[in-house]
Amino acid sequence: MKVSYGKLMMWFFLVSDAFTFSGLLVSYGMVRASHPAYEGATKDFVFSQEYWPIPEKVFDAFPFFHGHSWPLAFVGLMTFILILSSVTMVLAVEAGHRRDRKAVEKWMLWTIIGGLTFLGCQAWEWTHFIVGDGGGGASLTANQYGPIAFADFFFFITGFHGTHVFSGVVLNFIIYYRTVTGLYDRRGHYEMVEKVGLYWHFVDLVWVFVFTFFYLV
Amino acid sequence: MSSEENTNAIEVQPVDKAKVRHLLKVMWILAGVTVIEFIFAFTMDRSFVLVSIFVLLTIVKAFYIVSEFMHLGHEVKSLMYSIVLPMLFVVWLIIALIYEGSMLHTY
Repeated sequence: MKVSYGKLMMWFFLVSDAFTFSGLLVSYGMVRASHPAYEGATKDFVFSQEYWPIPEKVFDAFPFFHGHSWPLAFVGLMTFILILSSVTMVLAVEAGHRRDRKAVEKWMLWTIIGGLTFLGCQAWEWTHFIVGDGGGGASLTANQYGPIAFADFFFFITGFHGTHVFSGVVLNFIIYYRTVTGLYDRRGHYEMVEKVGLYWHFVDLVWVFVFTFFYLV
Repeated sequence: MSSEENTNAIEVQPVDKAKVRHLLKVMWILAGVTVIEFIFAFTMDRSFVLVSIFVLLTIVKAFYIVSEFMHLGHEVKSLMYSIVLPMLFVVWLIIALIYEGSMLHTY
């Protein structure tokens, strides 16, 4: 197939990982379809255990702007941060093709910063979701926003994705370290940057789906 | 060639400006589609049409990430199909389980 063994195996791993995430998202869809939907105007929406919540009513908080209702603004920011870190990653791969060590270092560092920023945002969002706005918040066994299953899926899906982001940051750091210490120059090629780049783009790709099916729909 | 010669032979090539421009274009497409999704989310009532629009725009974004960032669109066709075709199983899974789920709600 005209690709190296390592790249091919990374692709096959990503296929299997895509199935895992599909399993989570599809079961979310199934459980959601088995709950009654909220009927009525969006502006009259109140949290209730009786029906599935409208996500934009749940995720409308923004750090440092307590009490304001900015639906999905924070998730939108997180989406943009992840897209940006995907771009810096692809620029690192491009620099690797040119064997430009300084540029690889620069773009890998930006990618790591983007990943850490995303994780920080997610930590804030989890905290806000768990603590709540005076309504008791949510845990695996209680949920102020709607059916308990909604909170369970929130923790599992965004948590599983966050774990991927975390391991991606760790991998990116290893690549950065090995670039700085000159391993890839000695090896003569920067293919590892490309392989880990595939994984990092996949993490971004999964977020695109989580964003649509968990936050927008 | 010994590994030492290899080290010395490394030459840094100049930035391929056209390639970088192309990547930035993809970034703006992804950001733009996300903005469009937001506009739809706040101007349209929840309906089957809206969900279809979201799914369509998500597939557009996924296409650009996989094809350009992950470079799959420029790989050999056999590699491309061995990655993309297995995803058809997921399409089946979605249809089957959403249908089953709505039945659970009815009965």
